[in-house]
Amino acid sequence: MGKTIAEKIFEPHILDNPCDDIYVIRLDAVFCHEITTPIAINDLVARGKDRVFDASKVKAVIDHVTPAKDSKTATQGKILREWTRRHNIKDFFDIGRNGVCHAIFPEKGFVRPGFTIIMGDSHTCTYGAFGAFAAGVGTTDLEVGILKGVCALRFPETIKINITGKIQAGVFAKDIILSVIGLIGVNGATNKVLEFSGPVVESMSMDARMTICNMAIEAGATCGICAPDMTTVEYLWEFIRDDHKTKDKALEAFQKFCSDPDASYTDIIEHDVSSLEPVVTFGCRPDNIKPVKEMEGTKIDQVYIGSCTNGRIDDLRVAAEILKGNKISDFLRGVVSPATPKIYRQALDEGLIAVFLEAGFCVTNPTCGACLGMSNGVLAEGEACASTSNRNFIGRMGKGGMVHLMSPATAAATAIAGHITNSKLYGGR
Amino acid sequence: MKNFSGKVLFLDRADINTDEIIPAKYLTENTRQALKPYLLEDISLEGFDYKKDIKGKSVIITRDNFGCGSSREHAPWALEVNGINLVIAPSFARIFKRNMFNCGMMAVELSPEIINRIFSVFSKRETTIETFLDKSSFILKSGDVKESVKFGISEFDRALVSAGGWVDYADSRY
Repeated sequence: MGKTIAEKIFEPHILDNPCDDIYVIRLDAVFCHEITTPIAINDLVARGKDRVFDASKVKAVIDHVTPAKDSKTATQGKILREWTRRHNIKDFFDIGRNGVCHAIFPEKGFVRPGFTIIMGDSHTCTYGAFGAFAAGVGTTDLEVGILKGVCALRFPETIKINITGKIQAGVFAKDIILSVIGLIGVNGATNKVLEFSGPVVESMSMDARMTICNMAIEAGATCGICAPDMTTVEYLWEFIRDDHKTKDKALEAFQKFCSDPDASYTDIIEHDVSSLEPVVTFGCRPDNIKPVKEMEGTKIDQVYIGSCTNGRIDDLRVAAEILKGNKISDFLRGVVSPATPKIYRQALDEGLIAVFLEAGFCVTNPTCGACLGMSNGVLAEGEACASTSNRNFIGRMGKGGMVHLMSPATAAATAIAGHITNSKLYGGR
Repeated sequence: MKNFSGKVLFLDRADINTDEIIPAKYLTENTRQALKPYLLEDISLEGFDYKKDIKGKSVIITRDNFGCGSSREHAPWALEVNGINLVIAPSFARIFKRNMFNCGMMAVELSPEIINRIFSVFSKRETTIETFLDKSSFILKSGDVKESVKFGISEFDRALVSAGGWVDYADSRY
C-alpha cells in the first residue's frame, strides 16, 4: 500500500506512541508570535524550565498588534523580544522588519518540503503549501514544542480534494477554497489532513497555494497540504541552492514528499471548478457561501485587503489592477495591509501602493490587526466589512460587526462600487 | 486533579467558536484570571446572558464542533477561571480538544443521540452532573430525574488529566 504526503512526513518523525493513534513526533521548526507565546514563556519561567530545545529551529515575530497599541500589547512584545535575546534566537522579526507570520516565515525560506512545524496559531496549516506537515496548536503544545521540540498528534488520515477544470476569468484561489469549505462544511475535515491536488493546484503560484492551505482549518483540518513541485523549488531556490546542484536535483529530492498513486485516503473528492463563479460568505461561518451576484448590492462600510490568506504580492497586484484609475466609494473606507516589508517594498516598486493611495485606500504597515479586530481597522457595531481574510465569525473584526469573506478582486470591485459586486475581471458577470 | 462535577450550563447551538468563547480583544491579557469576566461575551445564542448564566456552573453541555476557529488556549483558560473544567459535546474542533486535555481539563464526546436525549430531558431544568473518572461515567441529576451515562476518553488523555497537563507529562518523558 502506498502512502500519502502526510504519512511520508509524519512516520520518520515519530518518537513515541503513548497510546492508540496518538504519536509524539519530532519537530523541525517551532514558530512563535506575540499573542500566544508570552504566556508559554511565563509558564516555562515559573516552572524553572526557561529553555529552548534548539534556538536555530525556533523563529519568532511580532505581528498581531504592531506597533504596540497600548501597554498590554507593548508588554507582550517585550516578553517575546527579551526571550529571543536571552536564548539567542536569531530569527526574530521585530517592529520594522516584521510581517504577518504565515507570510514572512515562508518568505524567509523557513518552510521546506518534508518539515514538521507547529505554531500557536490556527492558520499554521498555510505552510502545507510547501509540502510540509504544519499544524496550529494551543499555548501548552507550543510550550512543550519550545522546551522539547516534540508534539503529540493523531496519525494523519487524509482527505484528497482533486481540483480540476478550467477556471473562469476573475475566479481566484480564494473562491476555490471557499467553495471547498462550502462543499464539505466547517466540520468536514476535523482531525484530517486536506490534500489539495489536481491540475488546478499544479498550475497555482505559491501565493495561491498558501491561500488554499491557509483556510484548511476553516473546514476543521489539522493541515492543508500540496505536493512540492518545480513551483516550490523556484520559490525556495535562493535558500536551497547550496544544498542542491540544480533545480532538477532539488525537485528530485522534494518528490520524496509526494503521495503514491495507490495511497489510501479517507475520502477522495473530485471538485470540478469550471462552472465556479466568484463567491462571498453571507453568514457567520466560512461555509456560508453564495455567488457574488446573489449578494450583489449588499452595503459595505469597510474593505480590508490583507491577512495571512490574501496579503501577498499576487493579491495586491490583482486588487490594484482593478482599482487603477478608480476611486473607492465615498460611502466606505478601504484598508490595505501588505503582509510583509518585502511585499510592501515590492508593491511600492511596482506602483501598486500609488494605485491604492490614489484610489483612497489607507495603506497600513504589515500586521494581522484588522482580521481579528485587534487594531488597524476594527469595525463598529452594525458595520459590514468586505474582507480578504479567513474568518467571518460574529464580531470577529469588532463587536457587532459583520464580515463577508471574498477574493482580493471582489474586494477591490466592492470598494469602487460601495457594495458587494463582481470584479470586471469576471467574464460571466 | 481538577473538579469535573457540578451544575450544568447548556449551550444549545453547534459550531460555537473560540472568538465567541473569548473575543480576540482580550488576548492581550497576560494572566488567565484577567479573562474571567469575558467568557462567552460574544456568543450568538438566544436568551443567553453571559453576565448571569455562567455563575455557579461547572460543566458545559453543548452541540457539534465546539471550540472551532482560533487556536487560542485562552478559551479553555477562560472556562477554567470560571470553574468550568469539563465540556461535553458530540464533537469538538481538534485544537480546542487538545488544549483542554493539555491543561488537565476534559472535552468529552458523547453520541449525538445521547446528547439529544440529555438536551430533551435536562436542558430546561437545573441540572447537576457528577463525574466518576475511574468508572468512566457521569450521573446527571435534576430533582427526581437521574440518568447515568458512560463515556470514553483515550488512555493518553486520561494520563494528561492525571498528570495535570501535557507540560509535566512531556518533560518527564522526552
